[in-house]
Amino acid sequence: MSSKTEKNGDTKSPFAIALKAINKQFGPVRANQDIDLNVRAGTVHGIIGENGAGKSTLVSILYGFYTADSGTISVNGTPLNIKGSADAIAHGIGMVHQHFMLVPIFTVLENIILGHEGQKGLQAGMEDGRAELERLSNQYGLDVPLDAVVSELPVGIQQRVEILKALYRGAKILILDEPTGVLTPQETDQLFEILKTLRQQGVTILLITHKLREIMAITDYVSVMRGGKMVAHLDTGDTDPTKLAELMVGRPVLLEADYPDANIKDVQLDVKHLSYQDSAGAPVISDISFALHAGEILGIAGVSGNGQSELLEILAGILQPTDGDIHIAGKHITAEQPLGPAEVKALGVAHVPEDRHAVGMVLPFSAAETSVLGYETNEALGDSWFFSPSRLKTHCAKLMQAFDVRPANPSLKSSQFSGGNQQKIVLAREISSDPKILLVGQPTRGVDIGAIEFIHKELIALRDRGCAILLVSVELDEILSLSDRIMVMNNGQHMGVVSRDEADPQKLGLLMAGITDGAAAS
Amino acid sequence: MADLWLQFILTIDATLRVATPLILCAMAGIFSERSGIIDISLEGKMLMSAFAAGAVAAVSGSPWLGLGAAILVSLSASLLHGFACITHRGNQVISGLAINILASGLTVTLGIAFFAQGGQTPLLSKGQRFTPMELPAADWLGQNIPILGQLYKEIISGHNILVWVSLLAVLVTYHIVFKTTFGLRLRAVGEKPEAVDSAGISVTMMRYQAVLIAGILCGIAGAYLSIATGAGFVREMTAGKGYIALAAMIFGKWKPWPALLACLMFGFLEALAARVQGVSLPVVGELSTDLILAAPYVMTVILLAGFIGRADPPKAIGEPYIKER
Amino acid sequence: MTQNQLPRWVDIGLLPLINILAAFIVAGIIIALVGENPFEALAVMVKGAFVYKGSLGYTLYYTTNFIFTGLAVAVAFHAMLFNIGGEGQAAMGGLGVGLIALWLGPILHPLFVVILAIAAAAAFGAIWGAIPGYLQAKRGSHIVITTIMFNFIAASILVWLLAGMLIAPGQMSPETSRFEEGVSLMKIHELANYFGWKMARSPLNLSFVIALLSCLGVWVLIWRTRLGYVIRATGFSPKASIYAGHQPARIIILAMAISGALAGMMALNEVLGVHERVILNFTAGYGFTGIAVALMGRNHPVGIIFASLLFGALYQGGAELDFEFQTITREMVLMIQGLIILFSGALAYMFTPWLARFFVRAEGQNG
Repeated sequence: MSSKTEKNGDTKSPFAIALKAINKQFGPVRANQDIDLNVRAGTVHGIIGENGAGKSTLVSILYGFYTADSGTISVNGTPLNIKGSADAIAHGIGMVHQHFMLVPIFTVLENIILGHEGQKGLQAGMEDGRAELERLSNQYGLDVPLDAVVSELPVGIQQRVEILKALYRGAKILILDEPTGVLTPQETDQLFEILKTLRQQGVTILLITHKLREIMAITDYVSVMRGGKMVAHLDTGDTDPTKLAELMVGRPVLLEADYPDANIKDVQLDVKHLSYQDSAGAPVISDISFALHAGEILGIAGVSGNGQSELLEILAGILQPTDGDIHIAGKHITAEQPLGPAEVKALGVAHVPEDRHAVGMVLPFSAAETSVLGYETNEALGDSWFFSPSRLKTHCAKLMQAFDVRPANPSLKSSQFSGGNQQKIVLAREISSDPKILLVGQPTRGVDIGAIEFIHKELIALRDRGCAILLVSVELDEILSLSDRIMVMNNGQHMGVVSRDEADPQKLGLLMAGITDGAAAS
Repeated sequence: MADLWLQFILTIDATLRVATPLILCAMAGIFSERSGIIDISLEGKMLMSAFAAGAVAAVSGSPWLGLGAAILVSLSASLLHGFACITHRGNQVISGLAINILASGLTVTLGIAFFAQGGQTPLLSKGQRFTPMELPAADWLGQNIPILGQLYKEIISGHNILVWVSLLAVLVTYHIVFKTTFGLRLRAVGEKPEAVDSAGISVTMMRYQAVLIAGILCGIAGAYLSIATGAGFVREMTAGKGYIALAAMIFGKWKPWPALLACLMFGFLEALAARVQGVSLPVVGELSTDLILAAPYVMTVILLAGFIGRADPPKAIGEPYIKER
Repeated sequence: MTQNQLPRWVDIGLLPLINILAAFIVAGIIIALVGENPFEALAVMVKGAFVYKGSLGYTLYYTTNFIFTGLAVAVAFHAMLFNIGGEGQAAMGGLGVGLIALWLGPILHPLFVVILAIAAAAAFGAIWGAIPGYLQAKRGSHIVITTIMFNFIAASILVWLLAGMLIAPGQMSPETSRFEEGVSLMKIHELANYFGWKMARSPLNLSFVIALLSCLGVWVLIWRTRLGYVIRATGFSPKASIYAGHQPARIIILAMAISGALAGMMALNEVLGVHERVILNFTAGYGFTGIAVALMGRNHPVGIIFASLLFGALYQGGAELDFEFQTITREMVLMIQGLIILFSGALAYMFTPWLARFFVRAEGQNG
């Protein structure tokens, strides 16, 4: 019952943050349009929205990274003119960025006092800082080794350093931008515990996320953004995930589409005891075995950073395994005799990479040039040395038509297409090679809803034509709606395979968290 | 034997003199590159300021005014570099190269226009230069105390003030970079500028300050060439010293004391090259001066290739800072 | 406010012109400051470069050097490599020409010697470019620093050889003997006279034709071949290139070898075409000018031809300054070169926001 007062926070004082009619435009893109937002002191307030909804722009304005084109910002009832991070910090606003703002070669202590060293010189500033930090650590239960070099700490701890840094700088309002993307479920739980402690101590928290689960788990209030606009302000207690999802997307969403069952045939890809260590020698994938059949989609579920990305890159020939055997279409690949991407491709393996901007396409290339990336040796495009630009364009135009890419202009630069259309170009390129095996990573990341449905249908159609598809996605909904079988990875290990009929979010969630006891098996 | 000893001492003495501009420029490079700004314009800044020092010292008769002018000119070149690389996010290598070429052209053009001596500045008299300072009792000690006395006379005594300034610059650079608040921020801005920005410190201001400090140091180095060891400006008088300093800075892994050692080593090679010219040595025969002079470049290439240890530059070097979208 | 929003003709036509104009305005101010009339100086330079008898030949002779070194910088740049080692690669190219000419000159027919010398110029330059490429690709050395160092190393090697082993007998200055009769590239004016067309004497020789052919070759390579596609892909995105099955390390080395070969071929003009011997410092900073040329020419062969012509005219016209003026000399040209690199390189987009505002407003009024 005490939670009622806690939940509503301080209703008498002015809002900790009050934004009014914020506008921000980047070139032709209106990233924020007439945004209003009121955040009560001492609450956890969530802002949820899809990628590109304008959440990050909004908090960047609040933190002084950008200046709004128009609108007002008030903190604790005082209108402010925030021109830079220094102003934000001075008014008690702290931020934990999605990508940490830590100097990797500095110690924790050096990182935290950077910019707030005091007037007494560096040595004295460090000593004062140490004392103050020890006090803060105790008060908020944030345990951090002050003399450790940041690059040697796990991400979870680095994030704690970021939180401590904000508090050290006097933050009473803490903004967290997608804080759980890099965390394991355990680290996420620990983070939420920390946030609860902070709330008890009177800190106001603004949580930016696109994950419904997190909003439900920790926030008191939630605001929903869509297409640069604020579409709803709600009490978290009065809403539910389905409703939030609908608000985020702008129409009712089917969290699971129902596709026909697969017609599973023989094994195309057989992986046995595969292991991979990164350049520092840390195990990333440990002893994984599985088989992928023609005509099925095998989904790989897991929290981002649990080895799925590396698995995909090993199978595509980009990374070399440290141990184990891979059989692709009858060809035996070992750690001693690895194959490169070109050779793997020659075996009939196509790959839609997770990062389409940096990997899947060359942004300054024309769409026509991007549409043959990795297939430029294709004889149809010219003789063995020379390219025929007109054939390139014809080839691309055909792909664009088949995959409904807009605008259907092969001469346009790849960077000038929307995320969805870029992904369609990549997918079209890979599927048109008529692969036996398709490796797909995050096929719908940063892609608009319409394109998501299109991409999903294409994948199912390809499966039904007998292609073996390996799907890696951090979107559980996507895994659930597309996969015929689901393999869960945690900390580089194979946690088990669940068939589509048996799979549900709870079961997968436990496996993703690394729990395989009776509870999960039953 | 005594002769060889004297030769050795004289070579060490020459080493110090040759190394002075390298040391100043290497420290300049450390400030600039630690802040994330590549500075291949050490050469050009040094050349411009050598000209300014020579010209002003000749006209005013004061080496101090010459030094002041050198620093001012070098500072404006630094400002230009900053304007291109920091304000306009231009390519740092291209900007540095432009300054170097501009310096080559401008010094000769102005030299001819002002003094009509084929690009040189007038020959300076003793009073217009920084002359060697004989320390107390140097002659007496040198003649009467065998080893230590000679060391004192030849190596410690008889340098102009700028030699000492260069050594002081190493001490000061070390202190500033590693022991002060400014240094902490400087190192951070070259490694992870976003972290500095989010701490509420202006990346732009930090970088401008760093390149301006580099400007001051290059200015002193230029003045040293034309009005301390030299008696006036001669066209192209820097002769690649700025690049050797750059190499020394890399060799010293962007740290002041190791960079000093590298400067002394490269200086020693140059002093040695001058001494062995035409001299036939036992065992090795006649050493080629040209090849000895190429040694610093070869050694830097080998170091950069990671064959002898690693030289990792500051992470954010060469990247203009743009707030992410 | 990016250049993407500018109309194409503004981006590739107007903007470079504005940048060059800015460089000339600053140079003009400096000329005025030293007490001469900048317009008179310009007139002298234009006359010196194009009007006087034989001047065009001289202009094109300089242009030849800049086409080679400009193309060299451009090819490397398409792989996102900044090759500032053109100077050293050209020096080594000259060494290659010299070694072949001195060694085989007395033995073989001059025509074969010339063909082999051309190949040697390219090969020596290619090696001197490929080593920094290798060190970048396989050892992670910064190509800018390595190529700077390689310029100095090449210069030292050349001094060492020219003052020692290769010095012409009885000669004091560090240079080789003159090559055998016929071991040279024909002068264009001789060729013209042969066909009965009167042309004033100039050092312009067949290497100019080779330079123009190289332009065509580079254009085909970069935009019409699979190798060019792979070079550009590697340059823009090494990760995408690995994903596509290319081998970026190999491509980097190859691109640097091609770049070095082009720079090395600059020696065809100076060593084989003009001096007919290897002399000290025949590269004379042309390797660095190639950077200005490539920047101005936007790394496109057509742009490079125009930029080379401009610099050819500046060098030839600049020489004329020495005769006409008391206070300004050909070093003026070096200064202008520095300013052009500054404005069209480091400050390339200084005027962009201003232009973008102008054109966005103009568009707003039209639409």
